Amino acid sequence: MAGHSTYQPTNGLTRWLDTRLPVLRLMHDSFTAFPTPRNLNYMWTFGGILTLFLALQIVTGIVLAMHYIPSADKAFNSVEFIMRDVNYGWLLRYMHANGASMFFLAVYLHIFRGLYYGSYKAPREVLWILGVLIYLVMMATAFMGYSLPWGQMSFWAATVITNFFSAIPWVGEAVTEWLWGGYAVDSATLQRFFSLHYLLPFVIAGLVVLHIWALHVPGNGNPAGIDVKTPQDTVPFHPYYTVKDMFAICLFLLIFGYFVFYNPNYLGHADNYIAANPLVTPAHIVPEWYFLPFYAILRSVESKLGGVLLMFGAIAILALLPWLDTSRVRSAKFRPVYRWFFWFFFVDCLILGYIGAMPADGVLHINESIEVPYLLIGRIATIWYFAHFLLILPLIGLFERPKPLPESIIKSVLGKGGGTPAGAAHAPERQI
Amino acid sequence: MGGTRLPHAPSAKGQHPVSEHKSPAHDDVTRRDFIYVATSVAGAVGVAALAWPFIDQMNPSAAARALATTEVDLAPIEEGQTITIMWRGKPVFVRHRTPAEIADAEATPISDLKDQEDLPADAQRVQAFEGQPQKQWLIVLASCTHLGCIPVKNLGDYKGWFCPCHGSHYDTAGRIRKGPAPKNLAIPPYQFVSATRVLIG
Repeated sequence: MAGHSTYQPTNGLTRWLDTRLPVLRLMHDSFTAFPTPRNLNYMWTFGGILTLFLALQIVTGIVLAMHYIPSADKAFNSVEFIMRDVNYGWLLRYMHANGASMFFLAVYLHIFRGLYYGSYKAPREVLWILGVLIYLVMMATAFMGYSLPWGQMSFWAATVITNFFSAIPWVGEAVTEWLWGGYAVDSATLQRFFSLHYLLPFVIAGLVVLHIWALHVPGNGNPAGIDVKTPQDTVPFHPYYTVKDMFAICLFLLIFGYFVFYNPNYLGHADNYIAANPLVTPAHIVPEWYFLPFYAILRSVESKLGGVLLMFGAIAILALLPWLDTSRVRSAKFRPVYRWFFWFFFVDCLILGYIGAMPADGVLHINESIEVPYLLIGRIATIWYFAHFLLILPLIGLFERPKPLPESIIKSVLGKGGGTPAGAAHAPERQI
Repeated sequence: MGGTRLPHAPSAKGQHPVSEHKSPAHDDVTRRDFIYVATSVAGAVGVAALAWPFIDQMNPSAAARALATTEVDLAPIEEGQTITIMWRGKPVFVRHRTPAEIADAEATPISDLKDQEDLPADAQRVQAFEGQPQKQWLIVLASCTHLGCIPVKNLGDYKGWFCPCHGSHYDTAGRIRKGPAPKNLAIPPYQFVSATRVLIG
């Protein structure tokens, strides 16, 4: 980034390549020598985890596509064929299905990390917006992938979600029929979803390259939320963060392994093992867990267009976050008021997720005499969600008195005294 | 990104061969600018024209568009019973309404309805055969006007249909009364071919 590269080709071949396509130099500068703040905690490991899961989804997806048949009358059986007859088909499918859930789990932790530490603030607004775009394309990819097994949940999720577009005034119906390629969700819909589900992960990969590029211009943020000032504030990415990321990946793979090998259908719905039937809607349809908060927002208003607009608005508002948060202090560590509201917001998202999983007209029994309709809870949580961005964040920035920021990253790590850092400031191999 | 910079192009100041011969009003517009604009516009029109086949291929194909009709025999449907039949790949409800359900639907004032625009009156929601209104036969698309789920018959606050997905209640005339759905259940085009047979489509 800063224009000076420490890459040194070691032999004739790499010297030859370096003057023709300096790709090794780019890799060295981006992932080996890249100066990284020395105070990153484990919340900074999700970028690596997400990259791994994107690769895993693409690889498992490509091999599943070798056995899957995208047609309304064969899709469901071809998935069962993968499960029973294809060698290791069960493993590949369970990895792909649970991999999607892990991908979303990691992306949510990654997003909440950004919210807590103010990762979206200048000069990282474009980096943040690229992240919101990645999240949006991820959602589209996950939705289309979910429809491919052509079970009851697949079919009705496809019906409900494509019907969102029928809420558009005047042209809604035409747009919906254009999406379907017919007058209802059918084979034409399934085939185009398959085509796009294959395409979009590569779009995500392209956006990820831009995301990393935008990250490497200002460099990583950090828990102290202050800029890197001297080389003592940083350590080289390799080996310090390659090892840390690798350890986090191992821990995360344990969770993944638990679901794949011991509870592969826990995050799914039993109804999706019933073949799609356009004549019967399951009594209780819910999306996958990672869409539940948005589903609750959709259901919270008694207006079709209003519900759809609120739901898309809940995602779009994230892109405006860099300008809605008026505080100039990045990290919530030094923002005593915002820190509380961050956790309120976190809990609010969990409540929305819970409400999204409950039946539309149910009630929460608190005790014999107190019953609260889920709808009411969902409405309050929806209002809080938007108030957090539109009211709370802009106001806190104006009234909050932040705690004093540390002078530098190295001082925030080693305390006031400074002194010799416990870890080496350079890659060990270069100290010899 | 550092690296070598291209040498600056020689300044055009005072050296532009065309500018000296032009009137001051057209100082900045050259024939070359016109060619740029004309080329871009022609290119944009060409791209738009070529884009259309790629967009339109997603619309319903000729096979899907071929307007199928479905004939339904009403004789076996008993009073109070609702059957579901397929028409153009979509399910359709055929409901044999009881006199009580008809009276209920007729007694509801239009001002109580959420959707007062799409065939709100009960009389508008049924058809006649040989001049006799066939009030007992209600034929509606079995697709909730919210997000397209299939409502469940005889459920909900108004005993017509209830949509389990997001809690929309329809009355015995298939009109939306409560919940997020914006419109009354749609009525497909149909006609009575005899007293006990209808042709949908």
